[in-house]
Amino acid sequence: MSADQDGANLLEVRGLTKIFGTLTACDHVDLNIAKGEIHALLGENGAGKSTLVKMLFGSLEPNSGEIFWNGQAVRITSPGTAKKLGIGMVFQHFSLFEALTAAENIALSLDDGSPISTIAAKARALSYSYGLPLDPLSLVGDLSVGERQRIEIIRCLLQTPQLIILDEPTSVLTPQEADKLFETLERLRSEGKSILYISHRLEEVKRICDRATVLRHGKVVGHCNPRQETASSLARMMVGNEVQAVVRAPAEGIETAPVLLQIRELTRKPATPFSIPLRNINLEVRAGEVIGIAGVAGNGQGEFFESVSGEVLQQDAGSVRIRGKGAGGLTITGRRLMGAAFVPEERLGHGAAPRMKLSENLLLSRHATDGKMFVGAGGMVKGDAIYTAAQRIIKAMDVRKSAPDPEAAALSGGNLQKFIVGRELDRRPSVMVVNQPTWGVDAGAAAHIRQALIELARSGSAVLVISQDLDELFEISDAITVMHNGELSKPLPIAEATFEKIGLLMGGAEPGHAEHTLETA
Amino acid sequence: MRLELVKRPQRSMLFSALSPFIAFVLTIIAGAIMFALLGVNPLTAFRIYFIEPISQVWQMHELAIKAAPLILIAVGLSVCYKANIWNIGAEGQFILGGIVGSIFPVLFPQFEGPLVLPLMLLFGMVGGAAYAAIPALLKTRFNTNEILTSLMLVYVAQLFLDWLVRGPWRDPQGHGFPQTIQFNDSAILPELLPESGRANWGFVFALVAAILIWILMSRMLKGFEVRVLGSSPRAGRFAGFGLNRMVFFAFLLSGALAGLAGISEVSGAIGQLQPVISPGYGFTAIIVAFLGRLNPLGIVAAGLVLALTYLGGEAVQSALGISDKVARVFQGMLLFFVLGCDTLIHYRIRLIGFAAPKLETVPKLEEAR
Repeated sequence: MSADQDGANLLEVRGLTKIFGTLTACDHVDLNIAKGEIHALLGENGAGKSTLVKMLFGSLEPNSGEIFWNGQAVRITSPGTAKKLGIGMVFQHFSLFEALTAAENIALSLDDGSPISTIAAKARALSYSYGLPLDPLSLVGDLSVGERQRIEIIRCLLQTPQLIILDEPTSVLTPQEADKLFETLERLRSEGKSILYISHRLEEVKRICDRATVLRHGKVVGHCNPRQETASSLARMMVGNEVQAVVRAPAEGIETAPVLLQIRELTRKPATPFSIPLRNINLEVRAGEVIGIAGVAGNGQGEFFESVSGEVLQQDAGSVRIRGKGAGGLTITGRRLMGAAFVPEERLGHGAAPRMKLSENLLLSRHATDGKMFVGAGGMVKGDAIYTAAQRIIKAMDVRKSAPDPEAAALSGGNLQKFIVGRELDRRPSVMVVNQPTWGVDAGAAAHIRQALIELARSGSAVLVISQDLDELFEISDAITVMHNGELSKPLPIAEATFEKIGLLMGGAEPGHAEHTLETA
Repeated sequence: MRLELVKRPQRSMLFSALSPFIAFVLTIIAGAIMFALLGVNPLTAFRIYFIEPISQVWQMHELAIKAAPLILIAVGLSVCYKANIWNIGAEGQFILGGIVGSIFPVLFPQFEGPLVLPLMLLFGMVGGAAYAAIPALLKTRFNTNEILTSLMLVYVAQLFLDWLVRGPWRDPQGHGFPQTIQFNDSAILPELLPESGRANWGFVFALVAAILIWILMSRMLKGFEVRVLGSSPRAGRFAGFGLNRMVFFAFLLSGALAGLAGISEVSGAIGQLQPVISPGYGFTAIIVAFLGRLNPLGIVAAGLVLALTYLGGEAVQSALGISDKVARVFQGMLLFFVLGCDTLIHYRIRLIGFAAPKLETVPKLEEAR
């Protein structure tokens, strides 16, 4: 066995392999993390990043391979073992009880029986010393996503870990909140702690990380110093080839085009104690334009989508107007019949039924709008017609699959999303509302979907895109508006929008008064 | 040591199809052990239990009589279960179908003619459906658990029937026996082939229902709606299908079929109302539905098998002096093994010891870089 002589390595991983059925999620992965470095783990969705860190944190057992901690071979069989070794983890999806206070949530995971007041005092001290101010006695349900992340980080720091794993930490933060997080990370590094930083955002990796390991299809494709790379060279390593750029022809004559989707004074009470109310939302989308709605996750985007799609009805028919007619009291089927089409955020289980064939999933959203074509006399489904139509969509969107008409769950996330978007585009809808169009989709497929949305708009439809991905919105939108705490800001034309302006709005600068706030900021 | 169920990456289509047969073989083996423990030669017992009850033509008629209600109820239940709606109260809907369908022959015995029977069948279906509407209403209005409400309503129905035949509907010339008057001839469901046995039109109803439900589920938009809402309710809502409407549809359909089975049994096999009109058809039909893979055509086959367990139970009681509760034991074992086989088709069992398992080294196939 070739022992690595470099004693400064805190963690060494050699040949770590994890196999799920026929899929090799991690294939002989090697990784070294030195003491006091911020190490980036780069890769597209599905590249094996999460599987790798789950093995490091003991949530998954590897099929083969070795892990060395401070030079000693170790077996990490559970998160408890990982914590004892000194490995802490901040997950992308928080595991916090909303009805408890921050300190109570921390106490639950410490499991050492110390009283809440002691924990609260410690957490408060720690939070201020790292520049992450937090009131330990506040209810989690009242906190913003960024503040919840602080709880997770402080919970992790209280266990004095040597290695902190952060899984996509900035995906839920505004650009300004992310800056604060980076300061904290740099301070931790200066104290000699190591950080494994998982991300697919290249700019921030270039900014704060000392070294990077790039994964593609479960294999390590390279180690590099991100500061010496360009964003595009890193992207090439991640994706394996050049990604086609999205082309956006300038929209012309939009000011005079008819308004196809109008939201007027849309208000919705919270459905559960911890969901977001919608407050007096106004928005117009005209024929030919793409409007983007930015915002940190959990600020009411899901509630807004449900209200616009008709999965939840409105009291006032005029609060949602499609092609000039009130649709607030109509179900999703009624709104589809008026020419609208919808793509929800969740693919499996919402946009598509996992255990059904693609042809059946075509019927899912189009049984009413294309009733004559797909459903015959007496409610009999025309199997040939839906099969042919599904094949047409598969071809148009370049959906890659293993069988002629596979179950939705058998497709990769990106390919299923292409099918779901294609299913709606195939109708040539005059209003299209999409929530997170390319979440978890590989770069090639994402470019394809974005291009298709732009082309739909330019052909005379109104397109509304809700997304957490600012790069995406800047790429495809003609104007961007921001949703924060259930309110929507005034749309900023793309020529005037900058990351700073949008970032401030995402952080809660007063909606509708964007210019004023910026002048004083 | 602990056991863990690990989801299999691929479901074997072959074993999915074979599962009921494997379950049947396992039931036979367990049954053999049971008979041996009771001191009976298992081979003799099996001959009496499974072979003799269907060795003559008239006995096939008896099989059809027993299978008809099982199939009718089970095809209705299959729609419920596919929609992920758990109607456990078919026994009660069966009884209410029998009661409401008997209104004409019991209260208006002088009303005769060709119209009587169709009206009775219709009333039976309405009675079963109306009784099934109660748990549906409770579920959609108050979000109650339909398993509990539908099950509890079974006991209400049983006691209501008992009260009726001992009280207001008792035959005044019946010497105090708890039963209604004998139905007049135009209220009796005719036999199919009177010269060879007793089987009545109930069996035909069952086959027609199975075929119609099969077409509904596999070919029609409504069946698609049932499957979508059952497997992914949120996708169903996105499709514009209403979950509450589906709860009513599934309960009313299965209730109507159970009610039809009830009135067919009363007007066909029995000819009057008694305190007990079902040997647990409504519960056994749950086994039939699952043994038939919730597929209406599979349910026809499964219904015949379960009907045989009833006949076999009666046969071993008279020939060997073993309690006919043996039939219940067989039915229970069959359900147990079917569910067990299904689980093992989707999952495999992994034993996890406290001692760390040795990791095997996977040979490196190629260099990544």
